[in-house]
Amino acid sequence: MTTQFPSLSPEQKKELSNIAQKIVAPGKGILAADESTGTMAKRLQKINVENTEENRRSFRDLLFSAVDPNCIGGIIFFHETLYQKSDNGVPFPKVIKDKGIVVGIKVDKGTAALNGTDGETTTQGLDGLSERCAQYKKDGCDFAKWRCVLKISDSCPSALSIAENANVLARYASICQQNGLVPIVEPEILPDGDHDLLRTQYVTEKVLAATYKALNDHHVYLEGTLLKPNMVTAGHSCTKKFSPQEVAMATVTALRRTVPAAVPGVTFLSGGQSEEEATQNLNAMNQTALHRPWKLSFSFGRALQASALAAWQGKAANKKAAQDAFTSRAKSNGLASKGEYKSTAGADKASMQSLHTANYVY
Amino acid sequence: MPHSFPFLSTEQKKELSDIAQKIVAPGKGILAADESTGSVAKRFQSINTENTEENRRLYRQLLFTADSVEPCIGGVIFFHETLYQKTDDGQLFPELIKDRGMVVGIKVDKGVVPLAGTNGETTTQGLDGLYERCAQYKKDGADFAKWRCVLKITDTTPSELAIKENANVLARYASICQMHGIVPIVEPEILPDGDHDLKRTQYVTEKVLAAVYKALSDHHVYLEGTLLKPNMVTAGHSCPQKFSNQEIAMATVTALRRTVPPAVPGITFLSGGQSEEEATINLNAMNQCPLHRPWAITFSYGRALQASALKAWGGKPENGKACQDEFIKRALNNSKACQGKYVSTGEKGAAGGESLFVANHSY
Repeated sequence: MTTQFPSLSPEQKKELSNIAQKIVAPGKGILAADESTGTMAKRLQKINVENTEENRRSFRDLLFSAVDPNCIGGIIFFHETLYQKSDNGVPFPKVIKDKGIVVGIKVDKGTAALNGTDGETTTQGLDGLSERCAQYKKDGCDFAKWRCVLKISDSCPSALSIAENANVLARYASICQQNGLVPIVEPEILPDGDHDLLRTQYVTEKVLAATYKALNDHHVYLEGTLLKPNMVTAGHSCTKKFSPQEVAMATVTALRRTVPAAVPGVTFLSGGQSEEEATQNLNAMNQTALHRPWKLSFSFGRALQASALAAWQGKAANKKAAQDAFTSRAKSNGLASKGEYKSTAGADKASMQSLHTANYVY
Repeated sequence: MPHSFPFLSTEQKKELSDIAQKIVAPGKGILAADESTGSVAKRFQSINTENTEENRRLYRQLLFTADSVEPCIGGVIFFHETLYQKTDDGQLFPELIKDRGMVVGIKVDKGVVPLAGTNGETTTQGLDGLYERCAQYKKDGADFAKWRCVLKITDTTPSELAIKENANVLARYASICQMHGIVPIVEPEILPDGDHDLKRTQYVTEKVLAAVYKALSDHHVYLEGTLLKPNMVTAGHSCPQKFSNQEIAMATVTALRRTVPPAVPGITFLSGGQSEEEATINLNAMNQCPLHRPWAITFSYGRALQASALKAWGGKPENGKACQDEFIKRALNNSKACQGKYVSTGEKGAAGGESLFVANHSY
């Protein structure tokens, strides 16, 4: 406890730190394209496309061939996709790396039930993780992602759930770093429920405090990590609505109270937010008056791909339209990560809401 | 655990936050004048002065009436006795300090006590009746408080128990203070005694601070209304290897960046046993460090502000001005240092270069 047994050489630390900085370089964020086969089934079903390996490859190819390295610093892959090739026969990791974008890989194996809790979970995937990480590094990956899930209800999250998920995230992070992979730490608190903004902020602060204590206990090198948290929003069924400015204040306040300055960047998940909502919230965060020592950027899945999927419909003829939709979202989020996004159309009213409306105590 | 039961109103939070910001406003730091009667005994002995209540009053009066220190001193920490003493003109010391635009603070801990079963480690007592004492101190003019915990580095320490127990007691103290509109300065001092190197101190400091902030979170402490008073990260006093000011600055700022949330408004370093000049130069180096710092980095110095002043005074009334001049000089130097603007002239003052290290220091 009091004697250090250094686990990373200065070179290893530098490599990790450089990778992390590269991913969250100014104006850049992450494309989360790591939907599992099961999740892709849901996405493709919505546009009446069969969930075949070829269709999955085809859609990812559509995204990867158009992706703009000026707004995308990293892409998270699902295992299958890491070994697929572009229409031109080039392995996807190479396509991405050649564009100057960092390749990431989802390494967790999904949630597992925590006995004796109110439907809470931890996440599995630690078995053989070191060997898997070593292989992924050889196959072109430089960062990884692991998702833990917590929920808010009258009795949740429980102390066990908070402690267990924080611990498993720290174990995962520690193993990644040993293998030259930057771990993205994702303690997602689901937006399901009718709780208000204050409650989400409170829970987020507790969860993040536990996460960073666990990372410290496990001797994780913070400068070589990224955080992927939920934005602090009210629950989906909350009757009260909150503006992007309120969401931004609550989120940034929670982060300021828990995330050490050594962490290079915070790349938000979009949860169930619409594309526009997610962009506006991210933008508002980068405009708050509160000082932020880490980059605030995005790691969006649906919020980057929804329009592209809808435009594609599985048809080759729609490829360009789909790519345009994707590029447009990516650019918007790139701007939002600098606080420079100007929304168009109906969204203007929401973004113009006064900062002084809230009686809200942070 | 998942429900919040807020106990600080918006106004209370704002008051705490404003006080903290005022103390660490640009160019300002803290004069730690809270030496207990026992500590003053040691100081006065070194200048052959009798440790009487009157001498303590006279000495503190010199410090509190020194000219031109308002831009340098954001707050003054008092010892209990001093809070109720008066100037020659009959003005209560806290009133004088407040009138001069400085914030009044009060040491509230009751010293260290041993932790059984450890290698000479301690926790700090003072929680009993702290709630009522804070209410009274607030009425008597105090707007911030200080509580010192002590840890040490050896082959077997700090132990897990020492880290956890001290973090917990600091969090209890902080929580109680805030209920009474008093900003708690949280001080987890890791002593410089020993021959360990800079790396070891940095490692231990990171572990201790991580535990402190986890405890503060567990106890629902409002971070924007607190200050941190840590040790600088330096090698142990008997370490054969010497480290430059820049190395100390890098090690210290790195440790803080890994553990202290940005919501904390300011970090006010203790000087430990460093000489006046050393403490100033190290503070300056930190404020010139290329690593990004989201909190103010300033001083909360006792010996490092007073050593030369004390020596110049020597207990003699005719030396009053000389004493104040030394103090003012140190205050100005540290004010520059906390903005990264200090240029050492090599001038050492009456005690500037002397190491103020007192082995195994406890108040």
